[in-house]
Amino acid sequence: MTSKLLAALLRRSLLKPTTSSCYSTTFIHRRPLSTAAAIVEPLEEDANGITMKGVKISGRPLYLDVQATSPVDPRVLDAMLPYYVSRYGNPHSRTHLYGWESENAVESGRAQVAALINASPKEIIFTSGATESNNISIKGVMHFYKDKKRHVITTQTEHKCVLDSCRHLQQEGFDVTYLPVKPDGLIDLEKLRESIRPDTGLISVMMVNNEIGVIQPMEEIGKICKEFNVPLHTDAAQALGKIPIDVDKMNISLMSLSGHKIYGPKGIGALYVRRRPRIRVEPQMNGGGQERGLRSGTVPTPLVVGFGAACELAMREMEYDDKRIKALQERLLDGIREKIDGVVVNGSTERRYAGNLNLSFAYVEGESLLMGLKEVAVSSGSACTSASLEPSYVLRALGVEEDMAHTSIRYGIGRFTTEEEIDRAAELTVKQVEKLREMSPLYEMVKEGIDIKKVAHFGYGVVAGRIQLDQSGRSSSGHLSSRESNLCLIRLC
Amino acid sequence: MLRHASKMILGQGLRFPSTRAVTVGAGTPRMYHERVVDHYSNPRNVGSFDKNDPNVGTGLVGAPACGDVMKLQIRVDEENGKIVDACFKTVGWGSAIASSSVATEWVKGKQMEEVLSIKNTEIAKHLSLPPVKLHCSMLAEDAIKAAVKDYESKRAKSNASEEAASVEKAADA
Repeated sequence: MTSKLLAALLRRSLLKPTTSSCYSTTFIHRRPLSTAAAIVEPLEEDANGITMKGVKISGRPLYLDVQATSPVDPRVLDAMLPYYVSRYGNPHSRTHLYGWESENAVESGRAQVAALINASPKEIIFTSGATESNNISIKGVMHFYKDKKRHVITTQTEHKCVLDSCRHLQQEGFDVTYLPVKPDGLIDLEKLRESIRPDTGLISVMMVNNEIGVIQPMEEIGKICKEFNVPLHTDAAQALGKIPIDVDKMNISLMSLSGHKIYGPKGIGALYVRRRPRIRVEPQMNGGGQERGLRSGTVPTPLVVGFGAACELAMREMEYDDKRIKALQERLLDGIREKIDGVVVNGSTERRYAGNLNLSFAYVEGESLLMGLKEVAVSSGSACTSASLEPSYVLRALGVEEDMAHTSIRYGIGRFTTEEEIDRAAELTVKQVEKLREMSPLYEMVKEGIDIKKVAHFGYGVVAGRIQLDQSGRSSSGHLSSRESNLCLIRLC
Repeated sequence: MLRHASKMILGQGLRFPSTRAVTVGAGTPRMYHERVVDHYSNPRNVGSFDKNDPNVGTGLVGAPACGDVMKLQIRVDEENGKIVDACFKTVGWGSAIASSSVATEWVKGKQMEEVLSIKNTEIAKHLSLPPVKLHCSMLAEDAIKAAVKDYESKRAKSNASEEAASVEKAADA
């Protein structure tokens, strides 16, 4: 009798309509037996706009963050879909049609990727992304040659996965040289030459930097590596499909590639491993010996097909995209520079990929600028985005001064960016920078003629009124101690 | 009684999913509290007073190297020591701007001694600042104290110079 009661109560309460605004509970109550997939939508969308994480905007933001990831080209998606729903075989199944057609698709994808970098398809292995490829290259090569080679050379502006792999090697006892870069972001070839030792096993230099977009002189670096017979690894995730790459001309032994930066699917990447002269690598993923034994695991056919299609499209449209993106970059830069001053481009302006524009705005802080630019999806090189109080290590390696390093914004321009988006982004940026400069005491001080570089730190008890700097560095009111002769440092005693 | 008990149990079970979903959203570190966004988009009391005005105290705190610099100015009524007006200028994170904006709102109409007791924890709580941004509220508290100290030192100086002037007059006479 009690069980009947409980059952009745359960039935009644489960089928009661709820007024809860939480999506998941209404879902559970309305369709308990639905086979529809779970929908993950924590944002509230209504006729007035979108609210998410406390911010309300009138629609989806303009996407100017192509270096982080890119939208999948619809043509790539078309190529991928049959391999999800009808030709879904495992390419390593040797016994039936599903496996054979899947394997064919993987091989043609491999050929498309190889064609873009002037390599042979036998030299391409597929991985889960450029991070995995970087790990295999750096750790795999050094572990293989660990008896004879104990030294790695890389730069200070590499991607985090390269730097972290090198740090892992350092913990294992290898030596790593982190080459500094010049203020324009390019490495000094003389310093590279000097740091090569007889036991150098690998040199790793990224082709196009993800933060500042500078293009390293790969051909010259390749020549030096050939001279000293050291393998060259490059992280070409941002370079693939955007600048012409030729592994023979650049003498590259290992190259990491990524799918989702060239309008392909996420979760796929590739590693180019040279066969003549052969470079040996210790695999990081053990298993059934797929991908020439270097990377075990089922090769994801739809992702490979997508990656291949994206590479083929990139080969066809590289020149056209490049022209268009250069024009858009100029439009953005001019649009911003016309209205405000104190705009600095970080990194070399000549050897630069046009789709990456990293700007610093003086007297304004990056995170507050981003907070006001919620209608434009951009990224910043400043502290807050890295969840620490330090500015980006790439900007610091460039020698950008601390106060400018906090203010940088990276605009990414891609294949699908339109002129209207660029104009609107420029307009919004100018408006926000002007508003923040009005609120900025540093801008005010500069306007009044005070050199803020001379003021390192402000503390309690600032002089009554103006901060006066005289020859001795003491403030004019005279009641403070100054630490150094050219600093007006006001400290609480 | 059994019915009531089972209703209670079932009621509890069904209430859980909704509360869980709400807390998940609020815990993410990159969310700005509405108040911070509000103070950033509509900052109160941005501006400058004349620094040489004897009734104005200026507090300037922070370091350009850290990315946060705050300038808070208060105008004090001479007779009763009450703060009649305040304004600020800040360069820094959104939460730094919001903290200084809140600080100017809170000091208006208060006595100088009273505002010295404003704690950064109160500002942080008002804005629901996550731990990584607590130093912005610290800076706002420092700015208030610096402004008050500055005003007092100005007063002390002007009193001293007045005394000196009157002594001189007495000496001349």
